[in-house]
Amino acid sequence: MTRLAKTLTIRSSPHIRATSGVDSIMFNVVLAMLPVCFYAVYIFGMAAFLVLATSVVTCVLTEHLLCRINGKATTIGDWSVVITGVLYGLTLPPSLPLWMVVAGGVIAVGVGKYLFGGLGYNTFNVALVGRAILQAAFPAAMTTWPDAPVNRFGSLPSSTLALPLTKPIYDGVSSATPLADWKFNQVAAETGDLFMGTISGSTGETCALLILIGGIYLVARRMMNWRIPVVILATVAIATGILHLVDPERYASPTFMLFSGGLMLGAVFMASDMVGSPITHWGTVIYSVLIGLLVVLIRVWGGMPEGVMYAILIGNAATPQIDSWIQPKVYGTSTRRAAT
Amino acid sequence: MFDAVKHLFGVKTFAHGIHPPDSKNDTKELAIHQFPFAELLIVPFSQHIGKPAIPIVGEGAEVTRGQMIAKPDGFMSVAIHAPATGVIRSISLTPAINGKMTPGFFLEPYTASTQEVMEGPPVMPDTASSEEILSAIQNAGVVGLGGAGFPTHAKLKVPEGKSVDALIINGAECEPYLTTDHRVMLEHAEDVMKGIPYLLRATGAKTVVIAVESNKPDAAAALRKALPADLPITVEVLPVKYPQGAEKMLVSALLGREIPSGGLPLDVGVICTNVGTTAEIGHLLPRGMGLYERVITVGGPAVKKKGNYRIPIGTPLRYILDTVGTEDDITTVVMGGPMMGAAASSLDISITKGSTGVIAFTHRETGRVNEIHEYPCIKCGACVDACPIFLNPSQLGILASKEQYETMVDEFHLRDCFECGCCTFVCPSHIPLVQKFRVAKAASRKAQAKAAAEAAK
Repeated sequence: MTRLAKTLTIRSSPHIRATSGVDSIMFNVVLAMLPVCFYAVYIFGMAAFLVLATSVVTCVLTEHLLCRINGKATTIGDWSVVITGVLYGLTLPPSLPLWMVVAGGVIAVGVGKYLFGGLGYNTFNVALVGRAILQAAFPAAMTTWPDAPVNRFGSLPSSTLALPLTKPIYDGVSSATPLADWKFNQVAAETGDLFMGTISGSTGETCALLILIGGIYLVARRMMNWRIPVVILATVAIATGILHLVDPERYASPTFMLFSGGLMLGAVFMASDMVGSPITHWGTVIYSVLIGLLVVLIRVWGGMPEGVMYAILIGNAATPQIDSWIQPKVYGTSTRRAAT
Repeated sequence: MFDAVKHLFGVKTFAHGIHPPDSKNDTKELAIHQFPFAELLIVPFSQHIGKPAIPIVGEGAEVTRGQMIAKPDGFMSVAIHAPATGVIRSISLTPAINGKMTPGFFLEPYTASTQEVMEGPPVMPDTASSEEILSAIQNAGVVGLGGAGFPTHAKLKVPEGKSVDALIINGAECEPYLTTDHRVMLEHAEDVMKGIPYLLRATGAKTVVIAVESNKPDAAAALRKALPADLPITVEVLPVKYPQGAEKMLVSALLGREIPSGGLPLDVGVICTNVGTTAEIGHLLPRGMGLYERVITVGGPAVKKKGNYRIPIGTPLRYILDTVGTEDDITTVVMGGPMMGAAASSLDISITKGSTGVIAFTHRETGRVNEIHEYPCIKCGACVDACPIFLNPSQLGILASKEQYETMVDEFHLRDCFECGCCTFVCPSHIPLVQKFRVAKAASRKAQAKAAAEAAK
């Protein structure tokens, strides 16, 4: 006789599912960023490690506590807040005082994510919300990159452990990033140095090679839309290429532009964030071109050497509008039917 | 994008769609076997879309296998035939797959009978008129055996002012687990070829394409071997992809024609017929017989003696599962394939003309689906990339949660969704998208009926 478990379970079809879930996608994004993190610690030492660890712990704790306070099940299990923590840490200068890291992280997750409704509902890239707040509040700390100390694992910049609300004192010589060097002194760094990340910059922005490897891994596992980084980088390359051809003295070469600053990290790991980017293929192309052009605009004509953060935030803001313009053309409808 | 490239190289396919594991290896090598008779067969009056058939025998009547026991009620209805020689024990309500109770025959087969099938006057394609063929198909009780249960004669009837140039015989069988069409093509290619002249005669079509997915090379070879020299038939092998068997997808893949929204293949001069239906027409009409049994895949991880069986219409699920043997903890029995089939609410439901498969799962497989955690939509676009008719399931899902059903219908083409389930299959947030769309469609239909009733007052 046929015996049933208890009763028959009735559910609506389909009765089978693909394997990867949100948690698995998010976990793989974290995996893809790990080499960048390890390399950042290798280059910048203990200070970078503390910044990254603090940012991840702050972000995860903030989300966990907010869920608890509001009497909901914690959502840290979907790994998305870990991504935020890692990304946020990677965008900060390695010598940033840790109390600033904590402040930015709490604001990023609390305001940038939780107030919007949590995963899936945030308009802006959560990590960049935190960075943008810090950039506005502490412009000096956010644009000071000390030279890597010789004994980088044994000593810390005094700024790292600065007390909250004090003005940190930076020891050593502050060195400009390659982009600032170009903008203010017209000195271009070696492309090889840029590619390998042996230069001054934010914690995770410097090694283009490892960022690209992480991106390729995610694309290969079909967990990232390859169009976004490819189109952003292509737009920047073409736009700066034209400018460089017009006046190589004034405008840096496209390779320099591609591999310097936060462009690689932003294009691969931030702009490609599924929540903040359009849903259709053509939508993502428009979004990516917009970001690429904004990066060039801000870097070349803006008051700051770097513009990736603002470009992506504006791209995020444009996404709902792009989504409403670019809908897939439904099978069997030769013309788009207007709402009646 | 890759689909566009494939088209450039002459690979016939449609855009988007998914690649679920086909799970056909267990049964695709197994030849069709005759299934024994249950002690009691439950035969509903309605096994098709349209009006239920009208019974022409009463309780206590002795019937012969293949004998018509209910006649069609109007054009959108077909006849029902006795699946066995025996006695009609009663006529009462029977449970249907959708949970409703519908009237049906309770037929007790005679164990001592030879179970010889009743034959009638043959109808031949070269002598019968188009109308005669359509009425013979209706009286033979033939409906779409691919699962839809649409009366075949109604489908083949070309309305005034329309014309048909191409017939597509659908042997794609893209649903995982199912291998009935595969075996029919392999073992009964002759019947398929015999059925085609009826379809040509009834519709006036000029060409015929038989579509087979590339995971059934032996079936395609058998069909090619059986091709008659004097008929304009080609066999096309399509790359494996779900939902290839959907009419819209087949017409796009094979002929590059796009069926207008809300339209039928007829609107672009095409009629699609399931290969099993075609084989039945080729088998039944020359013998003057009615449809009283069909080929069904009985499989799934919980089934011990998996196989393709020729099962009398009306055989209850419980008898089928008892006969093939099952694991002890069946949690779900799907009638049809796992992508679009319905889960049975009870084992007293009997198989009907539209049943393509009986697929049983244990907790091991269904637990994963039943207990998965639902995350918010992260707008990854996987559903947009999967939807074969280019809807925006993500947007539709958000609207459905807000119960904005009218917007879904008016602006986002909800009516075009044919519920293939691709969006739900791929969704990493495990949002039951297609289920939400079914609810939305029902609500929108109800609202419209209400509005129409108001207007009529």
